[in-house]
Amino acid sequence: MTDAVDAFVAGFIVLSAVVGVVTYVTLLERKFAARMQSRIGPYRVGPHGLLQPIADALKLLMKEDIVPRLADRVVYNLAPIVFLIPGMLIFATIPFAPGLGVADLNIGILFFLAVSAMEIVGLFMAGWGSNNKYALLSAMRAVNQIISYDLPFIFTALVPVLLAGSLRLSDIATAQAGLWFVFYPVIGQLAFAAFIITTLAAENRVPFDILEAESELVAGFRVEYSGMKFALIQLGEYAHMVGTSFLGALLFLGAWAGPGPAWLGPVWFLLKAMGVFLLVTWVRWSFVRIRVDQILAISWKLLLPLSLLLLMATALVVVLRSGPGV
Amino acid sequence: MTGYLPVVIYLVLIVGFGVVSLLAARILRPSRPYPAKLDSYECGAETIGEAWVQFPVGFYLVALIFIVFDALAVFLFPWALSLRDFGLWAVGTMTIFLSILSLGWLYAYREGILEWK
Repeated sequence: MTDAVDAFVAGFIVLSAVVGVVTYVTLLERKFAARMQSRIGPYRVGPHGLLQPIADALKLLMKEDIVPRLADRVVYNLAPIVFLIPGMLIFATIPFAPGLGVADLNIGILFFLAVSAMEIVGLFMAGWGSNNKYALLSAMRAVNQIISYDLPFIFTALVPVLLAGSLRLSDIATAQAGLWFVFYPVIGQLAFAAFIITTLAAENRVPFDILEAESELVAGFRVEYSGMKFALIQLGEYAHMVGTSFLGALLFLGAWAGPGPAWLGPVWFLLKAMGVFLLVTWVRWSFVRIRVDQILAISWKLLLPLSLLLLMATALVVVLRSGPGV
Repeated sequence: MTGYLPVVIYLVLIVGFGVVSLLAARILRPSRPYPAKLDSYECGAETIGEAWVQFPVGFYLVALIFIVFDALAVFLFPWALSLRDFGLWAVGTMTIFLSILSLGWLYAYREGILEWK
């Protein structure tokens, strides 16, 4: 029974931390985007706009919630929660420091990848349930894009697994105590670059944001949502993005490794994850959107074969360096 | 299946968070619907027909190739774990398996399935 209580406390702390971080990441992104465009960004609510996310959350809580007459009510109302679950659940296996996390599963990365891909179910429910042409077009594009980029995403995430020889995320982190995998000669840099590209696509960020292309599809699959349902969808999307940034920091940047005493570990981990997040945001505000056929061509004709080749090359290197087995 | 209890509890907490915040919003928010507000959003004009249309066949083709390689990904996980135990033999076996699969990829490429029309 104490196990369950411990798990409840751990889960509660992680969930609150994730909600808090994700809420403030929106401010970070807005500030960062503003600075890139020589603007100041949110400034009025609190000192330097620091209370802006709280004001946004309260505003969305008080807003009227509109369900379109034509919508499929059950699917429409369930979608925000179904969409929220994978975005939050991917944090379950991430160890924020040695032994600090909800559950350090022995198949951690498999769990992460599987749950992360489930995001598409909630997204399509939102698009289909809205019974809106923009929303459905956006959801169709999303499914197409996410299943196209899921494979290179899995293959590049497997490169650190090969180097560490374990699917447990804490083992992958400790395996980088000597050398962060991003500094592993050639393989590390290629895998990290491919990881960032597939991350951009999996999170539907520019230049892969055809599913919410503002000039064509308004807000994409969430066009009919308002109030708290809209807030939950945004929360799920940003949580997914932050979770993937944490995964990138864990797989390639040595997770909690850093100078200073051990208790600084989670701080380093958070800083590295935010670094990955800002890298993605930087790309978002620098590039233009590309066409759907180009997006699919990049994935199927380029990234898929190249990431498989990289995986096999990594396997060969690992085997040759550890000596031939049986 | 030990070790999954925290995950289940965490999942329940997430669902609880979603439901509680929606319920809180239901209590706090105003509700003053009128017909124009409940229309589907579309450029100010009324929507013609339903949005639920048939999907272009291109989506199915992409999904079919995806399933082939997704099945491959399932095999890659245990392979990645046991790589150090089996050494070059494991690399060789996976290379043969991948070459067979890449024939399928080449066929799809030549048939033009990877082109988006």
